[in-house]
Amino acid sequence: MEPLKRVHSKTVVIASSNIDTDQIIPARFLTTTTKDGLGKQLFADWRYLADGSLNPEFVLNRADAQGCQILVAGRNFGCGSSREHAPWALLDYGIRAVISTEIADIFKSNALKNGLLPITVDDATAQWLLDHPGAEVDIDLSTARLTLPTGVATAFPIDAFARHCLMNGTDEFGYLRSKLDLIERYEAARSW
Amino acid sequence: MSARTLFDKVWTAHEVVPETADAPAVLYIDLHLIHEVTSPQAFSVLKSLGLPVRRPDRTLATMDHSTPTRSEQVFGNVPIKVDAAARQVRQLERNAAEFGVELFGMRDARRGIVHVISPELGCTQPGMTIVCGDSHTSTHGAFGALAFGIGSTEVGHVFATQCLLQAKPKTFAVNVEGKLRPGVAAKDLILSIIGRIGVSGGTGHVFEYRGSTIRGLSMDERMTICNMSIEAGARAGMIAPDETTFEYLKNKPRAPKGAAWDAAVARWRTLVSDPGAAFDASIDIDASTLEPMITFGTNPGMVVPITATIPQASGGATAVYDKALGYMGFHGGDAMLGKRVDVVFIGSCTNGRLEDLQAAARILKGRKVAAGVKLLIVPGSQQIKRDAETLGLAQIFQDAGAEWRESGCSMCLGMNGDTVAAGQYSISTSNRNFEGRQGVGARTLLVSPLTAAASAVQGKVADPRELL
Repeated sequence: MEPLKRVHSKTVVIASSNIDTDQIIPARFLTTTTKDGLGKQLFADWRYLADGSLNPEFVLNRADAQGCQILVAGRNFGCGSSREHAPWALLDYGIRAVISTEIADIFKSNALKNGLLPITVDDATAQWLLDHPGAEVDIDLSTARLTLPTGVATAFPIDAFARHCLMNGTDEFGYLRSKLDLIERYEAARSW
Repeated sequence: MSARTLFDKVWTAHEVVPETADAPAVLYIDLHLIHEVTSPQAFSVLKSLGLPVRRPDRTLATMDHSTPTRSEQVFGNVPIKVDAAARQVRQLERNAAEFGVELFGMRDARRGIVHVISPELGCTQPGMTIVCGDSHTSTHGAFGALAFGIGSTEVGHVFATQCLLQAKPKTFAVNVEGKLRPGVAAKDLILSIIGRIGVSGGTGHVFEYRGSTIRGLSMDERMTICNMSIEAGARAGMIAPDETTFEYLKNKPRAPKGAAWDAAVARWRTLVSDPGAAFDASIDIDASTLEPMITFGTNPGMVVPITATIPQASGGATAVYDKALGYMGFHGGDAMLGKRVDVVFIGSCTNGRLEDLQAAARILKGRKVAAGVKLLIVPGSQQIKRDAETLGLAQIFQDAGAEWRESGCSMCLGMNGDTVAAGQYSISTSNRNFEGRQGVGARTLLVSPLTAAASAVQGKVADPRELL
């Protein structure tokens, strides 16, 4: 994984709360056996009309949303299924960070393992972002701070270990494998 | 030692390395369940690194999500309808063979939905840590296991190390007292709980369902409860094991036998929250006042008693609420009873077990599915299918005009082609009423098996208590 220290981009806003992973990528696209190319199926049922053409009403299809790397969403983003296809689809499309007041546990875990930043902010910051689509936002992982174009900066919580991995471009896999001797000792010591 | 919760006991027993300020815990996984949808990418990682599955003896594979439910496709030579699904099934067969993982494949008598077969084989046991690349892994918590869904990257971690890096979740006591009234099922109880807690109220927490109501539930009912913990956002849901649990597990094919059984039960009896153990959050539910429940919106928290009307939008989220009702074709103030029904689905890891089918049969016996309604009944496993046929349930279903299929996830998420058409109303015993969950544009109303069967007979949303 490439080291990730900062995301600086305009935002795209989908204000709905409880955006579940079935919306992020519907189940019928999960028959793939790879993780590649899922960006075209991101938000498929909102993004495309029944005839397969782009839905001009959907925010991601608007001209000013093109190239945005930060998605601002309503509360409880990524709830539902554990499908890692959801962060894969967002990343393949070009989204590097998701901001909400609350992000579902499994989605958050999956996102961090793929270099997609799940950023939770307070209600006031979230409301400002929801009210200002297209705002240029800076997310600095080294300071764990999000800065609005107004200059207002706010700290966001992020797991220390996940941050270390993201900033150094390492993954948890290597760390886990470095514990194999302890894992073997645990297995040997267990009496049940 | 201070009083500890059931969760804390199971968590601590599996800490290879405890959590620190700098790193999450290294948590040992006793049982890794895999299926065809979320495992291929993880197997690919192993292949690219030249690594084996470290503990194939702790790994169990089956296929359920994209498998067909028509007998001629499972056992005959009729091809699987969805090409990509067929490829995924073959990929799992190849991966299981290459890595030495036991697979209950397409024609295996032990195949079924992963969360149904592991308990029925006795693989799911109290005190275990169990993971699967599937959010409804919470089901296994019904046995006092710590069981939760993971992503495909984590599936790879467990393959290679039998461990996961995990931050320790908080605990949440769900205390349920009072007797469920006739016609009110475990599904109604968990839908009520989700309605109270909300779809994100459990985020960051592990539920422990406690109290006399829970103690009085069968294992099938407990699994229905724990299954939907994730729909309240919880990482997992647990129920302390007791005589009901031990009775269920005794003599199951993979449960301990002889002296090992006695030793296991003695250990399992310690898996209760100590008196006075502190929880980070709690809620009290009075089960005696509950009614059959039904969802009216696009998440499981949008739920009302079946005799109620749809609430009017209130508070700040009016647009989101209106969008959900718009998708459903409903309006605030509408009565739920009498709403249109096109398809009825009885099955899934939530309600595809034998007791669920018995409940549906109580209503369907001697009655017919209403004209214009399709009733699809999909058992949770091939074992349940055989049991239902032996007990005469399948005959009742077929006499009523239902379609009786081979086991699988089927119309819960429609990956295998069992879908609901756009705009149609599906009364479903599954776990998610998200937009498009059962098919593009499909409208899902979540209910118990009793309510599903009653609605199939009446051809509209119906109160099962009138037919019992």
